[in-house]
Amino acid sequence: MIAARDIGFRYPRNDAWVFQGLSFEIEAGQIFGILGPNGRGKTTLLKCLVGLIKTSTGTLHLPDAIGYVPQGFSTPFAYTAMDIVLMGRARQIGTFGSPRAHDRAIAAAALADLGIERFANRLVTSLSGGERQMVLIARALASEAPIMILDEPTAALDFRNQSIVLHVLHRLSRERGLTIVMTTHHPQHALEIADAALLLQDGDRHAVGPIAQTLTEGHLSDLYGLPVRAAEFDHGDRRSTAMIPVLHSARQAAP
Amino acid sequence: MDSTVQAENGRALGGTDLQGVGVTTGLVLLLLAAAGVALSVGRYPVGFWDLLTIAGGWVGIGPGRAGVGETDWRVVELVRAPRVLVAALCGAGLALAGATLQGIFRNPLVGPQMIGVSSGAAFGGALAILLVLGAAALIGLAFVFGLLAVMIVYLVSRQDGRSPILMLVLAGVVVSALFGALVSLLTYLADPNDTLPAIVFWLMGSFAVANFTKVAIVAGALVLFGLPLLMMRFGINLLSLGDEEAEALGVPVERTRWIALICVTAITASTVAIAGIVGWVGLVVPHLARMIVGPDHRRLLPASALLGASYMIAVDTVARTLTPAEIPLGVLTAIIGAPIFGILLRRTQRKGWEA
Repeated sequence: MIAARDIGFRYPRNDAWVFQGLSFEIEAGQIFGILGPNGRGKTTLLKCLVGLIKTSTGTLHLPDAIGYVPQGFSTPFAYTAMDIVLMGRARQIGTFGSPRAHDRAIAAAALADLGIERFANRLVTSLSGGERQMVLIARALASEAPIMILDEPTAALDFRNQSIVLHVLHRLSRERGLTIVMTTHHPQHALEIADAALLLQDGDRHAVGPIAQTLTEGHLSDLYGLPVRAAEFDHGDRRSTAMIPVLHSARQAAP
Repeated sequence: MDSTVQAENGRALGGTDLQGVGVTTGLVLLLLAAAGVALSVGRYPVGFWDLLTIAGGWVGIGPGRAGVGETDWRVVELVRAPRVLVAALCGAGLALAGATLQGIFRNPLVGPQMIGVSSGAAFGGALAILLVLGAAALIGLAFVFGLLAVMIVYLVSRQDGRSPILMLVLAGVVVSALFGALVSLLTYLADPNDTLPAIVFWLMGSFAVANFTKVAIVAGALVLFGLPLLMMRFGINLLSLGDEEAEALGVPVERTRWIALICVTAITASTVAIAGIVGWVGLVVPHLARMIVGPDHRRLLPASALLGASYMIAVDTVARTLTPAEIPLGVLTAIIGAPIFGILLRRTQRKGWEA
């Protein structure tokens, strides 16, 4: 789905690389997590994957259409949830077109698929953070792109909404074979649903691979520069892992 | 009143197709009523039945011209009808331009005047009058300098791919001041017996010497450049999301925005060329329309155009009937528009841009 070979990015007239020498592949149907400390280029890499900016070096193969889910709305206008989801159809509708019944049906189906059809005529400004996130995911779904790229989809959400969003992403991946790429600051979110992960460290240091081999105590301790402990939970039907930073030693910890 | 509730009421009005038809019908009736009143009142009042008889003649019903006095017919058809038509077309064009600009700049506070199109076009037109270049050059130069002004505002206000509200307003002030000074320079250079009064009265704005040639010019600009805007009104929704989001959704952002900007500039320049600087219409009318139909540009653009036409006819009628001498149009639109804008500013300061 996405193949990156030795890609790097730096801003024009700036010697410092935001990231460099990155190689990874994201297979169709995978959930792919991108982790890394603040300021190590997660957002920049995501913009490259969405096609908003071009990498400075290397080759990057992207699919034709991508469903992008930003962190929130930035429009000053109070559109309804339906208006917003319809905009996901932009590629099919074109600059001089208008949404047709077919587009409205797909948008309505996207809202229904996520169980939020009741929001259709609500103003997005009146929705909570979690509800807005779901509307943005519905918009990406309405675009019918085979891949969804999400910028920290759980960042501003409470526990319950984090769980709802993660569950939806997992279900979309399994039921529809959707490829999902997301950045996150929560290793356990990646552990819960991701198949593979990319850890962005410094300029040219990174680790990529199946989730069980990348999101380990050792890698995460190294990545964030403090001891991280894994805690195992047995839910009866399945097991899950949580990664917990050891707080008291954070100040003097060295990678 | 809570503005969220208001906006939801507005959307409920336009919520379904049937209700959308209802709103459109209401706006069309309002326009017809405004036109009817404007055709009948004035220094020589024309009665309602005489007006109806003349209007019937236009669509081939009844005796038409033969059924009324010669003077009534002359006043309505030769004097008032072109004036009302020019006013309606200019109002529709300016409101359409304003609604588009507010969408693509993602900022409900911009209008054709605030982002410098008007002052740029004014300079172009004044230059054409000063050099006695004729009507075609007036329109052409108004367009070229209007576009130049917008380009300067756009480039100056742009930071990291965005045009923040403050930068946009400040850049508009800068460019308007620049072209304002250049217009002053032109009036200083103009011949006090000939070109100077021509420039001054042209700038103040008026529909007083409307004729069917002017109707054709504004109508032509509206068809050529207004229809593309109406066609791309879903695209304007997309642009209002911001560059990155729109681009990620697959919109060719720069191209779409420039097409819209050129259309807006052409429409504004044509109204400036015909009627001088008629400010505030493009700023205020889209807000009023947004209260009725909500912020979705698919409804907002046509609603703004219809409402703008009614608004302009109403203001022009007041301008020519309130006092024995006509009040310059640009003066009146500012006197009416500025307080409305002030109220909107205060209200939205508290509530955000929901209505």
